[in-house]
Amino acid sequence: MHRTWAIVEREMRRFSKSPMMIVMSMIFPLMQLVVLGYAFGGNVKHLKLAIVDQDRGVPAVKIRELASAVASGARTVDLLDYTDSGVAMTDLRNGIVNGVLTIPPDFSRRLLTNNDPRVALISDNTDTFVSATMAATVGAFIGHLNAPETPVRVSGAAGLDVVEVYPYVPYIQYLLPGSITMSIFMMVMIGGGIIFIDDKARGLHEGYLVTPITKLELVAGFNISGTIKAVLAGAAITIIGSIIAGVPSPLDPVRLLRMMLVISITAFALISLMFLLMVRVSDPLMPRMMFGLLNTVLYFPSGAVYPQQGFPAWMHAIAVVDPFTYSVHAFKSLLLKNTGFGAIAGDVTYLLIFSIVAMTAATALFKRTL
Amino acid sequence: MSNAIEVREIVKKFGDFTAVSGISFDVKDGEIFGLLGPNGAGKSTLIRMMVTLLTPTSGTAIINGFDVIKKADDVRRSIGVIPQAMTSDLELTVYENLLIFAKLYGVPRDTRTRLIGQLLEAVELTQWADKPVKNLSGGMRRRVEVARGLVHEPRVFFLDEPTTGLDPVSRTAVWEMLRKIKAQRDLTVLITTHYMDEADKLCDRIAIVDHGKLVALDSPEALKASIPGRAPETVTLDDVFVHYTGRDLRDALQEPSAADSPFMIRR
Repeated sequence: MHRTWAIVEREMRRFSKSPMMIVMSMIFPLMQLVVLGYAFGGNVKHLKLAIVDQDRGVPAVKIRELASAVASGARTVDLLDYTDSGVAMTDLRNGIVNGVLTIPPDFSRRLLTNNDPRVALISDNTDTFVSATMAATVGAFIGHLNAPETPVRVSGAAGLDVVEVYPYVPYIQYLLPGSITMSIFMMVMIGGGIIFIDDKARGLHEGYLVTPITKLELVAGFNISGTIKAVLAGAAITIIGSIIAGVPSPLDPVRLLRMMLVISITAFALISLMFLLMVRVSDPLMPRMMFGLLNTVLYFPSGAVYPQQGFPAWMHAIAVVDPFTYSVHAFKSLLLKNTGFGAIAGDVTYLLIFSIVAMTAATALFKRTL
Repeated sequence: MSNAIEVREIVKKFGDFTAVSGISFDVKDGEIFGLLGPNGAGKSTLIRMMVTLLTPTSGTAIINGFDVIKKADDVRRSIGVIPQAMTSDLELTVYENLLIFAKLYGVPRDTRTRLIGQLLEAVELTQWADKPVKNLSGGMRRRVEVARGLVHEPRVFFLDEPTTGLDPVSRTAVWEMLRKIKAQRDLTVLITTHYMDEADKLCDRIAIVDHGKLVALDSPEALKASIPGRAPETVTLDDVFVHYTGRDLRDALQEPSAADSPFMIRR
């Protein structure tokens, strides 16, 4: 075991001389957290809605009033009046407006005679977020048009009350667990995979291989040192990211302790995976190429940016074996819900089993000769 | 005198290519043994099999009484190796490089402090002990490697082209230090080199390898005397080398080294 610690000592001495490595591993996840968090986190506002009123009756005026209320209140839409539906359609196709609400000439008459009155929303569906928001907004104020003038004191209709268990979670906080996992992965790749292969290519490993160190001692040494580096990166981004994202009580010691446990196990799982993938690699291009590939294959299916319930079956299959999935879930439980170990026991168990299997396979595949 | 190294009909094949073809020789305890040969002759492959970095296709070598195939770990404990590539960690200091390897060999704490001090003195790097290896010259780096290879007091020391690429002064310094360390310790040295004059001065016996085969083996004097039609005092080891290996240039393609990759972080 003393040989394992010699490898760990060597790696940590090198690491202490390259503090930029930890900064490098944090820049990308932090930038992603801030840019994606604020880009996707806000409500969609100021969509340009063209109104073509061909009716001009009282109900049509009421629709325009309701639309104006949204435009001046929630500011989801900005209204633009058009008299010519052809011009409005041209502007829609040219991207000048995001949707065209057409009130047909017979709308008021049909409404008053209860004869299936309809308005049309023509939207630019190349942007699904925008068209969905537009449809929901227009649908809501059309719904108000149908509401009775004087609400009944006690309604007989079934209603729904939504009770949120946790305080409001902005999207930037939702992204934070994925960013922590990403920073651990970045350090594993930069401080583990790339340096491991570069050292191998330079011939540094020949120096180790002529000593009596065993395969297990060598792999364990690299794994432990890689884990320590990744834990430092993960811990740093947990604190910095929590402050940036506005997580309540970011320095809560009990939660930090639980976070450190999950960070450590995640780091060990990812470094074990990395060594399993790199154990027979000698070309320095390989880890750099795999960096981008693994980033996509592991990060996006994990549920870090989008709920897994929306995934197709093949992506679900990746998510089930992806260690990011369990890491992100555990971090979400601790950061967003402040749960105890009960909620993350399954995640921790999977990551531990994953680490043991990957490290055992990496040791078996490690070549003791050149 | 017993043998420190016994090589028996050792063969190494890489696919269809035979790099080493049934070589046998012995190196006596305390000898400085030179292994010479043109580029691609099989010297490095031979040395790599003796230090357990490559597994022989057939045959074997006994180092310090241990079989390189059956008792590889015992072989590793009893030898010091300076591979052809620079294997010291450039980021670490001279002292840290020696310390890590002393720990890898399990040298006890009190012994390693003394040994590292002695070795730094022997290779004249005591005043540079706290400097990162990356700041040292090529010759100084090689001296670090020599000290590192001896940090666990091995009985046999393998050096694969330790002076290649060094200027004449640094080369002389490395050989002088080897001679000095050899005088202080019970050490057998097996060395490969392209510098005939150095091999002539330092080695007790020399083996010449060509095309993976042993073509000559004797003391430098006996090898010079073996050249027909010339007085031994007029013969140099260069003449011996050319006599046994010929004058043909050994042009050959080789597998690209991973170290040549443009994607590596430069240091």
